[in-house]
Amino acid sequence: MNHMRPSDGLFLLLAYLLLWVVLLCCDATRRSRESEARIALERTIVRSYALTDLCLSGEARYTRHLSQADIHAPFQDHPLALEHFPSGSLIPPPPHLARRTTP
Amino acid sequence: MTPGIARYRNILDFTLRAMLRRRGKNLLVLTLFTLVIAVFASILLFTRSLRHEAGLVLKEAPEIVVQRMVAGRHDLISAEHVARIASLPGVRGVAPRLWGYYFDPSANATFTLVVPPDGGIGEGKARIGVGVGRSRKLFRGNTLVMRGYDGREHALEIEALIPEESELVSSDLVIVSERDFRSLFSFPSGRATDLAVTVANPREVGTVAGKIAELLPDTRTVTRDDIIATYQALFDWRSGVMGLIFASALISFALFAWDRATGLSAEERRETGILKAIGWETADILLMKFSEGAVIALISFLGGCILAWLHLHFFWGSLFGAFLKGWSTLYPYFRLAPVIDPYNLAVLFMLTVPPYIAAILIPSWRAASMDPDTVMREQ
Repeated sequence: MNHMRPSDGLFLLLAYLLLWVVLLCCDATRRSRESEARIALERTIVRSYALTDLCLSGEARYTRHLSQADIHAPFQDHPLALEHFPSGSLIPPPPHLARRTTP
Repeated sequence: MTPGIARYRNILDFTLRAMLRRRGKNLLVLTLFTLVIAVFASILLFTRSLRHEAGLVLKEAPEIVVQRMVAGRHDLISAEHVARIASLPGVRGVAPRLWGYYFDPSANATFTLVVPPDGGIGEGKARIGVGVGRSRKLFRGNTLVMRGYDGREHALEIEALIPEESELVSSDLVIVSERDFRSLFSFPSGRATDLAVTVANPREVGTVAGKIAELLPDTRTVTRDDIIATYQALFDWRSGVMGLIFASALISFALFAWDRATGLSAEERRETGILKAIGWETADILLMKFSEGAVIALISFLGGCILAWLHLHFFWGSLFGAFLKGWSTLYPYFRLAPVIDPYNLAVLFMLTVPPYIAAILIPSWRAASMDPDTVMREQ
């Protein structure tokens, strides 16, 4: 009578996990295909309305239109006003502001 | 089966039997390691998807945006600037952009009002993003009433809702005609919020932006590349913050694994001594320990990646999706296109699997190189 060796069990488990990985790769391909139409729609909207930013955080103008923020943006309320929106801590300044010396 | 492979399978069988004898301890390590890998794989995959989608979508943003600044504040730009920019060599077109913010007290949210550059919407009509519709409970055919800067109420008929699949870019948008926009905000004629410049040769965008800044010192320019780079940096930053938070979990696991590996239990040391006494070579013992580490690390890595995928695409990244995407009153609900980046997965593999195997091997190598008699007498 053939007894299953422990290494056979391991190979079976690894094959099972790899099968999952293959299935998830197929799922990724299907989801990517499905999202093509959505991304095309988003691109059309960005082009038709000449949009510049993603709609992620709408609490302040420099978080809603992050790429349009200038170096004075967080200090609009009064001189030396400290950042007071929570997303300000989670949003870095746009890199092009750090590169330039002029606003 | 060649003798080499048969020999290795025997060692592997022996290793697995030894691991099954200590199944409680090994199961704990396996679970913790899988969870740690799942968290880091989730962060990597999520960020990669966000970066990918932002990069694709924002490729359609204006090539250069020109904004006028007055005393450090964004100011309206005059039509006169349009002609001056259009006269620059390399500029194909200059379109004034009309957009602004409207705070809606009933929804307690800020809407972004935009006039399409090509018109395309009738007076008295509005197209709204799904977030606006949700917050004000508006549907096609309803009326959106907004209080203008002149104190009067302006009623706009909802012509359509912008398809919800595009919420990532349109959730808070209210698309109106130029006339309605100017009347609502008492916006002076002959002025625009800013200008969108199109360049004939895409490789000259940087040069043209520089020329505009030189010609009009009271303005600032933002190029499309700047916009895309801003979002790449944003998601990198957030994944970095997220990574830092979860780094404590990784460090705790590393300490746990190291402690477990360096403090070989009495049973494991005795086992090593006996194996050497009955004729196992040091290399065989190391191969056994390597197999032990590799079995746990491989199963954890595969299991962690699978869990990460299930978390992101079947449970909508609920663990930290809101953190990586952002938040607002008109919170956009959106799905992301999955992106599997082999580079990211390879980095994750190299950062987790080899260190774990090394942490198992090094103390075992010390025990395996000792005299078996000494190892067994230590008990």
